[in-house]
Amino acid sequence: MSFFDRLFGRKSSADSAKERLQLVLIHDRTDLTPAELDSLKDDLIAAISRHVEIDTQSMQIGVEHDGRSQRLVADIPIKSAQRRRARKTK
Amino acid sequence: MPAQVITVTSGKGGVGKTTAVANLAVALASNGSKVVCIDGDIGLRNLDVILGLENRIVYDIVDVIEGRCRLKQAMIRDKKLPELYLIPAAQTRDKNSVSPSDMNRLVKDLRNDYDFVLIDSPAGIERGFRNAIAAADRVLVITNPEVSAVRDADRVIGILEAEDKGPAALIINRLNPALVKKSDMLSADDVLDLLAVELIGIVPEDENVIISSNRGAPVAHDPKSKAGQAFRNIARRLKGEKVPFLDLDSSGSLWERLQRLAGRK
Repeated sequence: MSFFDRLFGRKSSADSAKERLQLVLIHDRTDLTPAELDSLKDDLIAAISRHVEIDTQSMQIGVEHDGRSQRLVADIPIKSAQRRRARKTK
Repeated sequence: MPAQVITVTSGKGGVGKTTAVANLAVALASNGSKVVCIDGDIGLRNLDVILGLENRIVYDIVDVIEGRCRLKQAMIRDKKLPELYLIPAAQTRDKNSVSPSDMNRLVKDLRNDYDFVLIDSPAGIERGFRNAIAAADRVLVITNPEVSAVRDADRVIGILEAEDKGPAALIINRLNPALVKKSDMLSADDVLDLLAVELIGIVPEDENVIISSNRGAPVAHDPKSKAGQAFRNIARRLKGEKVPFLDLDSSGSLWERLQRLAGRK
């Protein structure tokens, strides 16, 4: 990596290698493509929405790894029940 | 004590499996262990040339399995180390001439007479690889600090876990400290972060590996080679010794080293 690369804030080739590998290994290990992850997300929204109202805009779902094991991590904010009730009575 | 059976595998070809097996075998046998190495790459044998024993082959592993010779007849004694033997692969057969249970039977016959049985796996994750890991007590996965080799290593580590052959131990081969310093090569820490397995050795890139393979005398014989030192250290770790990892950052000019000492780099 040259002085100029660093000066212009360009990522080192080792950093790109590591970032690319991190993504590719998650897909290899879980057999989940980004498209499949999206459809999983849609299914989750549909299932959960049947029970509670959720904030689909700010929900986050992704695969995290801890050592060699992968976990699906979903952070799904639930809309407050009081606010929902208030809206319904209006 | 019965032998430790160790298989070296990688997924990707050309990362140094055969070189590692030859050097670990030499290092272990120089240290007084009785060692047999088995070339598991049927159809593409190479361990014989790396060890410099290609002219002594009469029988091979398939001859043993198919009963054309006794096990001892297929074992070639090393030129320098009397306690080191090679069972060569067959060159004109394919991987299906051997099954995992053949390997188990063969290794069982060796277990009581030797300290180490080292098995060189072919590249890939098919039959030859399955044969090579069938009898292993321990599997060493070897990789290079480079995207395709790391990806394939991860795949192999996953299969080994699924087959209850894990946890694998990792050898990072052909690390170039100068490139790592320039952030143009994945560091050993990067690779470990990605693969999340136990590390058993880091072998620096070293032109002596090629020179020694030209001569058919593995680099572990060479007291001055850094790669040879790294392989000797792995051999000691296999025997249960605690050996610190080589400081590969001591390269560079005196001026660079002084700058590092002064904390300027």
